[in-house]
Amino acid sequence: MATNTNDAVGMPQLDFSTFPNQIFWLVVTLVVIYLILSRVALPRIGSILAERSGTITADIDAAETYKRQASEAEAAYNKALEDARAQAHKIVEEMRADIQADLDVAIQKADAEIAARTAESERRIAEIRDSANEAVEEVARDTAREILALFGVKAEDKAIDDSVSTRVKGGAA
Amino acid sequence: MADANGSLAIRPMDQFVVRPLFGGETVGMFTITNVTLWMALTVLAVTAVMVLGARGRALVPTRGQSVAELAYGFIYKMIEDVTGRDGLRFFPYIMTIFMFVFFANILGLIPWAFTTTSHFAVTAVLALSVFISVTVLGFVLNGAAFLRLFWVDSAPLALRPILAVIEIISYFVRPVSHSIRLAGAMMAGHAVAKVFAGFAAALGVAFVVPVLAVTALYALELLVAVIQAYVFTILTCVYLKDALHPHH
Repeated sequence: MATNTNDAVGMPQLDFSTFPNQIFWLVVTLVVIYLILSRVALPRIGSILAERSGTITADIDAAETYKRQASEAEAAYNKALEDARAQAHKIVEEMRADIQADLDVAIQKADAEIAARTAESERRIAEIRDSANEAVEEVARDTAREILALFGVKAEDKAIDDSVSTRVKGGAA
Repeated sequence: MADANGSLAIRPMDQFVVRPLFGGETVGMFTITNVTLWMALTVLAVTAVMVLGARGRALVPTRGQSVAELAYGFIYKMIEDVTGRDGLRFFPYIMTIFMFVFFANILGLIPWAFTTTSHFAVTAVLALSVFISVTVLGFVLNGAAFLRLFWVDSAPLALRPILAVIEIISYFVRPVSHSIRLAGAMMAGHAVAKVFAGFAAALGVAFVVPVLAVTALYALELLVAVIQAYVFTILTCVYLKDALHPHH
């Protein structure tokens, strides 16, 4: 039934007359593909992949470096903050001590002044009291003399004075 | 099936006929045939994907470059996984085999295409070149120790000679199964598709049924085309592993 080359007789795969042709072109094809792949395509794709993985590795390294730098900066910042806090604390303490010292001196001075003034006041009070006592004594003595004169009693001035002073002192005591 | 006027003819094997492109009846060794045409197209397809796709050398790949990188990485990883790192020096050869089989299978699915990998002549040459290269390589790298491949140390001593015979037979059957698997899968799928298509032409209104069947079959064939390329390549890697590491 097969009258021309377009019709298959049985299995064309087993038509050995075409084998040399197929094998020849297959070998040519394989050699061409091998040359294209090994000379051009594979080195190119390999270098692209290597370059990419290199870039990725480098980028990851850079990222690591930046991360480390950031954490170092953070540590430095924290340390600076800590130092500043300590410094501030120290300054506050010194200030407080200074003020306390000034305050102590001032209080001491004030206390001394108060004591001095108190003493002065007491002294003056005592003076006033003394002078008052003297005035009382004198008034008493004069009064006593006048009374005695009125009654016509003659008395030694000295005796009157002694007696009045004894009485005044005893009353005061 | 074929009648005189040809209207009901279903000739599923016609698509596999090797014929000269520019007239003439005889197919000589250097005749430019449909084999030449479709192998040239295979070369063009490989070049388009692997060379033109990656010509931008972009750090962030374009779509075309991603495909080329994917193919590269896929085979590279396969060799690394199956044979170990010392198999990587054969990467260009295995890549050549994969690229050829893959694109020959895929291009063969175009309607009216000629599928070069459906011919035993082609697959047998591929399988035999793998078989001979691997065997020679095994003896060159390991010397006589390569024969230990057939001597199963883990089996009981009494069984070893029997196992050795079985191992040797299976070793020599490798190129046969390696080549017939690929050509058979390609040829069967295309022939079945052609038969269904012939039914569609013959059935008139009921043509929908075979057309749906052909559609489903086409999807399956696409899968088979990819899987057979994968299987052919991974078997090559497995055989290569035996040459590099003949100890079980």
